[in-house]
Amino acid sequence: MYKNWWKVLGALLVTYSTIAGFLNSVPQKPILYESIRNLYFHVPMWFGMIVLFSVSVYHSIRFLGSNNPDHDIKAVESVNVGVVYGILGIVTGAIWAKFTWGQAWSFDVKQNFAAIALLLYFAYLVLRNAIDEEQKRAKIAAIYNIFAFPMMVVLLFVLPRLADSLHPGNGGNPGFNAYDLDSRMRAVFYPACLGWILIGYWIYTILYRVRSLEKKNTL
Amino acid sequence: MLALQSFAQNGAASFTESIYASGKIYVVVACIVLILFGLLIFLFSIEKRLKKLEEKSRHKN
Repeated sequence: MYKNWWKVLGALLVTYSTIAGFLNSVPQKPILYESIRNLYFHVPMWFGMIVLFSVSVYHSIRFLGSNNPDHDIKAVESVNVGVVYGILGIVTGAIWAKFTWGQAWSFDVKQNFAAIALLLYFAYLVLRNAIDEEQKRAKIAAIYNIFAFPMMVVLLFVLPRLADSLHPGNGGNPGFNAYDLDSRMRAVFYPACLGWILIGYWIYTILYRVRSLEKKNTL
Repeated sequence: MLALQSFAQNGAASFTESIYASGKIYVVVACIVLILFGLLIFLFSIEKRLKKLEEKSRHKN
């Protein structure tokens, strides 16, 4: 069990952040009011997605260096979990936007670019499935992934800052300070991020093990 | 809809107070925590089944 301490930690952090996320007091902001609590659930999805995509690009680079098909499977499965996180992030964002910005999709720059970033990764999965030959598929997918990752970072963190966005921390001023994240919120927000990242990584390891088991049994 | 909007505008602060005054937010928290626990335990049990499978296939090969 002590090898799995981080899974228990992830479960505990997520549970803690959910309870505290509902019951902690939050600063009263106009428009946001209690919906500011969404910060504890919506934003960790994106952080989790970015960590999973980073894991993926790490394994893509390792694959190109080693030609070990295990790295290819790891890269795909972490993208799979990352895409699920991203979809959850975009849907929770749309719900939140509906009640604060007035529309589920207001064509805010960050919303648009987040959708495009997700499409990049859909393309990765489709591209990978379109190639039958295993070695070729793994190599092309790995190279595509290495290009997609910096694109995703630019789309989510660079371009939205160059335009006016409804998202806080964009339109010139970086950072989280737009929320006036006070210490009470930090005490929930950071554990929530870490917890959801750990849960996402955990799901990824399970998917990887299932996939390699499938592969082993079909060979 | 109009009534709802005016409620949202001048009743926002009182709404946040009422959510705690009634005390029933704990009901929601209890439900969500139960669901979360269920899902997490489910995840642990999936992993257990996977571990068994992995051991089986290790013996086979």
